Amino acid sequence: MVEGILVEGLIYGILALGVFVSFRVLDFPDLTVEGSFPAGAAAGAVIAQAASLSPNGLVKALAVPVGMLAGFLAGGAAGFITATVHHRLKVPPLLAGIVTMTGLYSINLRILGGKPNLPLIMNNPMLTLARSFMGGLLSPEWSLLASCIFVCLLLFGLLDLFFHTEIGIAMGALGDNENAVIQAGIQPNRLRTWGIMLANALPGLSGAMAAAYQGFADVNLGQGVVASGLATVMLGELIVHSQFIGVQLVRVFLGSIIFRALMYAARSWGYVAGITPNDLRLLTALLIVASVAISRYGRKHR
Amino acid sequence: MIRVHNIAVSFDLGGGQEHWVLRDLWLEVEQGQTVSIIGSNGAGKSTLLNAIAGTVPLRAGKIFLDGSDVTGLPEWERAMYVGRVRQDPLAGTAGDMTVLDNLALAARKGPRRFRIATPPKFVREMEDRVSELGMGLEDRLHENVSRLSGGQRQALTLLMAVLSRPSVLLLDEHTAALDPANAEIVGEITRRFIAEKGLTALMVTHDMKRALEQADRVVMMHEGEIIADLSGAEKEQMDVAGLVKLFKKARGAEYAEDRDLLS
Repeated sequence: MVEGILVEGLIYGILALGVFVSFRVLDFPDLTVEGSFPAGAAAGAVIAQAASLSPNGLVKALAVPVGMLAGFLAGGAAGFITATVHHRLKVPPLLAGIVTMTGLYSINLRILGGKPNLPLIMNNPMLTLARSFMGGLLSPEWSLLASCIFVCLLLFGLLDLFFHTEIGIAMGALGDNENAVIQAGIQPNRLRTWGIMLANALPGLSGAMAAAYQGFADVNLGQGVVASGLATVMLGELIVHSQFIGVQLVRVFLGSIIFRALMYAARSWGYVAGITPNDLRLLTALLIVASVAISRYGRKHR
Repeated sequence: MIRVHNIAVSFDLGGGQEHWVLRDLWLEVEQGQTVSIIGSNGAGKSTLLNAIAGTVPLRAGKIFLDGSDVTGLPEWERAMYVGRVRQDPLAGTAGDMTVLDNLALAARKGPRRFRIATPPKFVREMEDRVSELGMGLEDRLHENVSRLSGGQRQALTLLMAVLSRPSVLLLDEHTAALDPANAEIVGEITRRFIAEKGLTALMVTHDMKRALEQADRVVMMHEGEIIADLSGAEKEQMDVAGLVKLFKKARGAEYAEDRDLLS
């Protein structure tokens, strides 16, 4: 149970990192995620599936990481479309995201071969991979968790480094004061495009991991992920206050694990209060409202 | 070096009507020269700076910076030549980022690289540069800019504007939103920067005393046109009372009051 919550928390934490980059770093409310997350899942599943059937031993062994890379790239491509629609046609961020997300639904169906759901024939492939990684030292479940921690640590290190580079600093400034970025002789739209691509590549990666973890990709996987991602980011912000980007990144994962734990609790013991799995979306929405309310109250009384 | 050749700027009022903010304006500023621009409200002073910086489109004319024709270039490309400080202390800095990160953003013009923005050498250099401002910012490099006072923030904006050694500095009433004490300090820092770095500067101001003291040349504008251009001995002999008299004469009306020029 605990390892399940942690694994889910980490995988969906990567999705929330994407939401963090768009909503918080870029100040660009991006709904593309509802399409780029399942796009990553679909591309990841299809590529991992194909790789796992390869006669080449190395490709076969790396099926899941290759699928993750495919998911990352698919998400980035989705972000590129949203950014281009926004910049070239001056479509507002929300609408640009909705346009891409809507179109992606059909594209995702095509990636999945015209079916809404693609079961991965390789039996729980990530588990197999994780097990071989850890050489039997840990139980399969905990090995899987260790693999996820490895991926998230790597991602955290890279992102923390990135946000300390010139490009990363400029990206942070872009969401804060675009004029300051323009004064530095930077083309703001190009920079924002890279940012939105990153903000969707991360959910794409997360989608590929989720598909591998669950053993299937589904075209409806993206429903409600913007809200859950936002709830995650806000939960993290409630718990830890910091201006340091490294801490801000870590707290996204913390928020994600807590969010998954809350959802797990609602699923497992919610019946006591009459809560069914159908009510989880309502709980997510209420969680966002509560987070905003608490942080507003906190700001007023600090 | 700034060359503004016969530019015109107008705003569409709708119904085929146009309001001409600048008409057929010609201004040349030599390398290292400081020019202050004075005039009543609506004279087109800020619009002139906006036209040079590239934030308002021209209806006619050409603009050259450092000998290059920048007329059609977008603002971010002209920023390669231009350092700019506006009236609003919030305009030029990213408030939710540290003083150091803001300086790193402004340290260089042009595309960014995958390189750590604030290495130790840069931090030491910035400590020195910031302490020269004399506003106690050297101990607050790692604090967010939103926590600074208006004066501190405007001094930082000014430092950011000159950090990359732009060829042209545009100041748009950059001390007007500050309290008198801070306005004095920021004005003094401005004078020092321009002198030390030999910058070419255009300074819009309502402070006629400062306009005369700090500039090599004083340009007076009215209704989109330059009505007086004083430099050399002519400027040295001028005083505030003389400027007011000049303004009244150029405007050719008895009702012109000091207030129109000063406010």
